[in-house]
Amino acid sequence: MPVILTTDALIFLLIAVALGYGVYAAQHEHLRAPWRSVARSRVGVAALVVIGCYVLIGLLDSMHFHPRVEPVAASSAAPAATDAARADAGGAAAAPMEARYSTQVLSVLDVILSGLRERQEKTFSAPFATHLFVKEPIEQPDGSIVRGYPPLEHGGAHLKDPSRRGFDIAVRTVLGAIKGLLVWMALTAGLVWLVAHARGETFNDGASAIWQARTTVPWRVLLLTLAVMLVLGFVAAELAAGYHILGTDKVGEDVFYQSLKSIRTGLVIGTLTTLVMLPAAVILGIMAGYFRGLTDDIIQYLYTTLNSIPGVLLIAAAILMLQVYMTNNADQFASLVERADLRLLFLCIILGVTSWTGLCRLLRGESLKLREQDYVQAASALGVRHGTIISRHILPNVLHIVMITVVLDFSGLVLAEAVLSYVNIGVDPTMNSWGNMINSARLELAREPIVWWSLAAAFVFMFTLVLAANLFADVVRDAFDPRLARVR
Amino acid sequence: MSAYIIRRLLYAIPILIGVNLITFVLFFVVNSPDDMARMQLGDKRVTAEAIQAWKADHGYDRPLLYNAQAEGTDKLTDTIFFEKSLKLFAFDFGTSDSGRDIGYDIRQRMWPSLAIALPVLLVGLAINISYALMIVFFRATYIDVGSVVLLVAMMSISGLFYIIGGQFLVGKLFHLVPISGYDTGLDAFKFLILPVIVGVVGGIGTGTRLYRTFFLEEANRDYVRTARAKGLRERIVLFRHVLKNALIPILTGVVAVLPLLFMGALITESFFGIPGLGSYTIDAINRQDFAIVRAMVFLGSVLYILGLILTDISYTMVDPRVRLS
Repeated sequence: MPVILTTDALIFLLIAVALGYGVYAAQHEHLRAPWRSVARSRVGVAALVVIGCYVLIGLLDSMHFHPRVEPVAASSAAPAATDAARADAGGAAAAPMEARYSTQVLSVLDVILSGLRERQEKTFSAPFATHLFVKEPIEQPDGSIVRGYPPLEHGGAHLKDPSRRGFDIAVRTVLGAIKGLLVWMALTAGLVWLVAHARGETFNDGASAIWQARTTVPWRVLLLTLAVMLVLGFVAAELAAGYHILGTDKVGEDVFYQSLKSIRTGLVIGTLTTLVMLPAAVILGIMAGYFRGLTDDIIQYLYTTLNSIPGVLLIAAAILMLQVYMTNNADQFASLVERADLRLLFLCIILGVTSWTGLCRLLRGESLKLREQDYVQAASALGVRHGTIISRHILPNVLHIVMITVVLDFSGLVLAEAVLSYVNIGVDPTMNSWGNMINSARLELAREPIVWWSLAAAFVFMFTLVLAANLFADVVRDAFDPRLARVR
Repeated sequence: MSAYIIRRLLYAIPILIGVNLITFVLFFVVNSPDDMARMQLGDKRVTAEAIQAWKADHGYDRPLLYNAQAEGTDKLTDTIFFEKSLKLFAFDFGTSDSGRDIGYDIRQRMWPSLAIALPVLLVGLAINISYALMIVFFRATYIDVGSVVLLVAMMSISGLFYIIGGQFLVGKLFHLVPISGYDTGLDAFKFLILPVIVGVVGGIGTGTRLYRTFFLEEANRDYVRTARAKGLRERIVLFRHVLKNALIPILTGVVAVLPLLFMGALITESFFGIPGLGSYTIDAINRQDFAIVRAMVFLGSVLYILGLILTDISYTMVDPRVRLS
């Protein structure tokens, strides 16, 4: 039974807006040209592929549903039923034999990664480890008890001889790489055929054109980036089937799974915040610049006031108030997931409130300039209504500023999430996010030997996304703002 | 000039009133003091008496805006709005929810904050400007391209990792300086050096990249081309013409953040255990001490507005073309 969380709905709305913008941009040359130059930039295309992989995972993680509960008989027949299923089956035991849905909320990504999600260990274990990270009393076959590192329940459990681990890892890596390359070759063949078809050439000519980088769109870069991502993905999948490739955390949860789940949180914060703030910033900014006078004064007062409160403190104050509200009205939230989701949404809104002022000020300045343009003056002399002037003449001419800001803000917001979660005013502690991973790993840094894998995982995943976003933002800015491109 | 400054200061008043209203609404209207008390007492089944006692202790037992039971002017002054919000204008921050004098704490704690923030700003400025100037000197070479890649990569690393990495490398691996803590007087130096290094390194990516654009923008102007056409050496062109003019946006940007230095660096301070205003704020957030958060919000806004005014003044000082009117 599908569940649509509030942020899910907004994500789909965002996709709809993006598609609408795409259609609009495709019909207007002044918007199409910059995007074309983005598509021709090698850095831009490579960054886009990486971001695309993240978005794909984020989208899979945004389709939520209540899993169907198996009838009691079936689950008791299968003794290997998972914890979750067992708990659900317990709840469903009293119910009649009709279709029952668990109260648990899962996403499509959870189903794909169900192996990772369910293979919980007891506590810390290092990447690729076969034994726990901490010593525990182990009962020997003869009844005596020895303190040692107990073997993991799942990580490397398929190995009969733990010393063959290196060989097993190598075999799995090669296998994963081959699988990834096979998929990549299939995709490449499809793409080459399409490109060759579009250029009116034979398949071989198309392939050599791509390989020698003679195409206007740098397909070669795209294919190479795709190859790296696919091979990495398949190798990780192959290895993750047998090991905890990034180790496990304090409660024994797989860190690789956490990192993948955190992608959605990062993307939601980076994109929904902008979606939330965009209407206010655009409408107020244009109004201030276009109408001037009293409207301008009021709007300027509004954003100066909001801007003068230090962002972190405003967020802290708002989140503290939300916590008070949630503690006192705990019965309003059906489940923990819903509660966490609401907090995420609220965080986006409050981040939006603190970050819309910059865009608003830019748009005000630009509208002030635009309203003095001859074509706007002419339109207003002809008696065109204000609304029409704004939507016909002003708005299309400030869209590039909006576009640049949206892309530029993204990476900053992803980084902000980590910092806010560290101060405990970020996303809900039960939600997977890079900030929460860092926050909980930080407490373990004092351990000897050091527990580094949670931090490293959060670092790698975050760094890749933010770096790709930063590079992409640069390309977009250069494309939309030629003055800057000339300077830089 | 003085007329301008006075007018700007007067403009600040409605903004501060606005800030005050926002915090008032956030802290007292969205959630009533009863909710706050219940949250602080932390139990589902708190008795009404306990809530009343907590409110009386912390001065939240008054009406929000208008006290009908009081006499004369007390009708307006014996209210939460007057006591908790308006008094901030006199920098009377009152006592925190745990009973300490906030004003005293702030005066004590702003110096450690400044001891970190000021060196970070100055050293960072020196390094960023020199590095950016070097990149511009070698522009359109591999040094330029490589530096930009490095800067973007440095920008993409969360500040948390700089702190964790610095602590791990310098403190734990090499045992050069203590990982965290603070001391008064000259002994503070060994505690301060690591946070300052981390702060400077963490700022290089963003800072140098920004300054590089400032320099490049200036380097493409006509007067620079004229200077080169005259036969001036590149070194002289850069230092005498480009650097001087690009310093205008750099300096005014710095002036804007000067007052905010007192607020301290939130994360750095709490990681390194520096008893500054940043860690004060974080502790208050974690303990959910609303009085402190409210005071810091107000203080932050005052300093921000001060920064804006200073920026405008500094414009006229470094750029004679700008006149305040």
